[in-house]
Amino acid sequence: MDLNMLWYLVPSIVMFVAGVYGFLTRKNMIALLISLELMLNSADLNFVVFNRYLFPGSMEGMVFTLFAVAIAAAETAIAIAIIVNIYRAVGNTDINSVDKMKY
Amino acid sequence: MDSVANIILYFVVALVVVVCSCLTVLTHKILRAATYLLFVLIGTAIFYFQLGYQFLGGVQIAVYAGGIMVLFVFAILLTRKPDAVVQRIGHHRRFIGATVAIVGGVLLLLALFFMPISHDLNLVTALERGQMITMEEIGKAFTGTDRMQYLLPFEAISVLLLASIIGGVTVARKR
Amino acid sequence: MSTTLPILILTIPFAMFLILGIGGVKMSRKLAGVLGICGLGTVAVLSYIVAFTYFFSGDAAFIVDGVRQQLQIFDVTWLKFTDRMVVNIGFLLDPISAMMLVVITTISFMVHLYSWGYMEHEPGFQRYYAFLSLFTFSMLGLVVATNIFQMYIFWELVGVSSYLLIGFFYKLPSAVSASKKAFIVTRFADLFMLIGILVLSYYVSNAPADGPLGSASAFNFIMLNSNAGVIANSVLGATFMSGSVLTWAMVLIFVGGMGKSAMMPLHIWLPDAMEGPTPVSALIHAATMVVAGVYLVARFFPLYCIVPNSLTFITIVGAITAFYAAVVACTQIDIKRVLAFSTISQIAFMMVSLGVAYNEPIEGVHYSGLGYMASMFHLFTHAMFKALLFLGAGALIHAVHSNNYTAMGGLRKYMPVTHWTFLIGCLAIAGIPPFSGFFSKDEMLAAMYNNHWFWGAWMSMVAGLTAFYMFRLYYLIFWWDENPEYKKEGHKPHDAPWQMTLPLIFLAAVSCVAGFIPFGELVTYNGEPYHIHLETPVAVTSIVIAVLAIGLATVMYAKKNPVPSKLKNAMPRLWEAAHRRFYWDEIYMFITHNIIFDIICKSIAWFDRHIIDGTMNGLAAMTQFASARIKGMQNGLIQSYVLWYFLGALAIAAVTWICIL
Repeated sequence: MDLNMLWYLVPSIVMFVAGVYGFLTRKNMIALLISLELMLNSADLNFVVFNRYLFPGSMEGMVFTLFAVAIAAAETAIAIAIIVNIYRAVGNTDINSVDKMKY
Repeated sequence: MDSVANIILYFVVALVVVVCSCLTVLTHKILRAATYLLFVLIGTAIFYFQLGYQFLGGVQIAVYAGGIMVLFVFAILLTRKPDAVVQRIGHHRRFIGATVAIVGGVLLLLALFFMPISHDLNLVTALERGQMITMEEIGKAFTGTDRMQYLLPFEAISVLLLASIIGGVTVARKR
Repeated sequence: MSTTLPILILTIPFAMFLILGIGGVKMSRKLAGVLGICGLGTVAVLSYIVAFTYFFSGDAAFIVDGVRQQLQIFDVTWLKFTDRMVVNIGFLLDPISAMMLVVITTISFMVHLYSWGYMEHEPGFQRYYAFLSLFTFSMLGLVVATNIFQMYIFWELVGVSSYLLIGFFYKLPSAVSASKKAFIVTRFADLFMLIGILVLSYYVSNAPADGPLGSASAFNFIMLNSNAGVIANSVLGATFMSGSVLTWAMVLIFVGGMGKSAMMPLHIWLPDAMEGPTPVSALIHAATMVVAGVYLVARFFPLYCIVPNSLTFITIVGAITAFYAAVVACTQIDIKRVLAFSTISQIAFMMVSLGVAYNEPIEGVHYSGLGYMASMFHLFTHAMFKALLFLGAGALIHAVHSNNYTAMGGLRKYMPVTHWTFLIGCLAIAGIPPFSGFFSKDEMLAAMYNNHWFWGAWMSMVAGLTAFYMFRLYYLIFWWDENPEYKKEGHKPHDAPWQMTLPLIFLAAVSCVAGFIPFGELVTYNGEPYHIHLETPVAVTSIVIAVLAIGLATVMYAKKNPVPSKLKNAMPRLWEAAHRRFYWDEIYMFITHNIIFDIICKSIAWFDRHIIDGTMNGLAAMTQFASARIKGMQNGLIQSYVLWYFLGALAIAAVTWICIL
């Protein structure tokens, strides 16, 4: 039995679909952020898997993932700062309570 | 033919990742969701180790599992009301989310299995073809300006991180 | 001749305009007035030097074998459209331009001096002097133009300065509408003139460069005039609506002159232009600008002669206008309007005189270019005595504070200087020897009789009417019945200050002696001298007619009597029609309002509002409708955005996948 590329991509898809579901259904903003991290993580995994199986001689996928991790950290930090601020202003972290920026 | 240990390890980790990602989005308690996410992240890190990217796996554990998760936990604790009623998610919304997710997942799986690239390569061969990436190579890749070297993005990331530190402080500061 | 003096003549008034126009607000009235008067005085002296040098020095440059030469002191290229269509700015010195230099600067200097007294208490004194300088500059540029395009540019500039000066009292609605009327009517005429210029220059510039016209600028007066025959035969030989193209071009150019010179039917602006300050009327609307049309025809005289139909047109227009204006002048109450119609009539006189002139010797006619010389002579004398009359009218208005003769009467005892100078002006315009008008009018009438007895008789009648209405005005102002208002304390009219009486006396003196100037020796169409000799039958006839008319006026108006009002009541309709200027203004109002505005413009406006705007409004309404319908998608909920985004991404992926399979 061989561990070929598909074996790694299937859990990645499950991770991504779970992230989509979570993002569409949850109400808590932090839960949304967690779903976002799931999707991001699945994309990271894909990069690494493709790098390993399709272009084993180079390291672009890994470097890209490294940068993605760093950006994800920065993004999470800012997002959490915003969420904390909203919580102070509104009193909860419900995503439906921040819909001022519309038509 | 991959080694049995690798296969067993894969199945264990894949099971953990799949189950925990589903639980992350299905649980009602936000702190549990964060915990399940931690397991997913660690599972992904193990995948990285298995695929031969030790440094990346280390980073994954240190930054994600260590740093970001702590942030999440702090944020959850800061924004939680002790007497908060857990809001139920409406059936309507849940139905839409499930439909979209399942349709998307099916489409992605179809795309995956009909992808016109060969997947006859197994892990051992793949690991043999690509040489192990040493820390020295990574360091050179991040500090050079030649082709396939990334000094500029590296510096940009450092500025971004600085900006996000300042931004985080400014946004979350009490006025 | 060096170029210094000509350049100074043009630049000093312009510099005065800039100095007074920009710095005027910072100046005192006295400084502005003295600056304007001194500047204009300098220009006058320089112009006299130039004109005297030209006429009397006997220099070989100016006169060759007794023939006065046309010469371009300088002529610099300004705009170059093509090799032939070159617009130059230059200074043309020939008999008529030298004569016009003298006329313009003399009258302008007198008016500057006079205005110092007349406008003393008006606000905007400095602005007034700036505009006067601008006008003088443009008029000088017009008369010394070396080419038709330069003339056109200055032609428009005099129109602008006339507009500015008519509307000088811009707080009066009547002055504002009068200035707009003057500008629009003359501009409308100038449109035709521009078309004429373009037709002429188009054909001339398309002539082969190796042909007889050479490769000179297609606008140049000297080139055009000296090649009139060639232009008529070969270059503009094509016909258009049973007239040659040259005829059409010359008639169109003349239409511009009709607008400026207030010929029928474009005369309507001149009577209203009297809303401007009276010295302005004397300068612009009596002596200088309104004769620009006459000057234009004189400038193009060889070209007009080569197409006699256009000269006939000029004659007919002038004859009708002269008679019409003389009749209307008999019934006006406003003394400035009487003088305005008198101006129209006298300019029409000059036009007829040009129209009946020949440029080739004809058997039985003692001199071929008599009409041309007489017309220029009358332009000169008319400028002097008409400016005198207007300035006298200004002194009267200054004293009585009304434009109407009904507020005057019996003024001879109170204003002796004004009285005597005004009388001299009236005698001059009526054609009584030895005043200047007699000599020039006699020459014009002789030229008309030479052409056809009908024109002579017709214009003799107009001359009689002229004498009648001028003396009617004179008697109604200075004799008739004394206005009882004068007896009241503080209402006693008196002569004007010296700044105003000095120009009156000077112009009266000129009007007395100008007739003895040997004008034929100086100004003729081809430069050859001509010895004026009075034609006894013509002279006697015109004197008799003038004396009869003056006698009639004396009988009717010297003392208060009921004859005029009886006459008026006997023919109320005729009087009313003449008083309302034969309803020309009403006709124009009908055409512009009822036909152009109501029918043409309103339908165009309807089309614009409903079809063109409607299309745009419909597009806007559709956009608004669509955006109102879909704006609900922009609901501020991130999850719905993500839902749509994800579905869109899936759709794109699916489509791409289907395509590559």
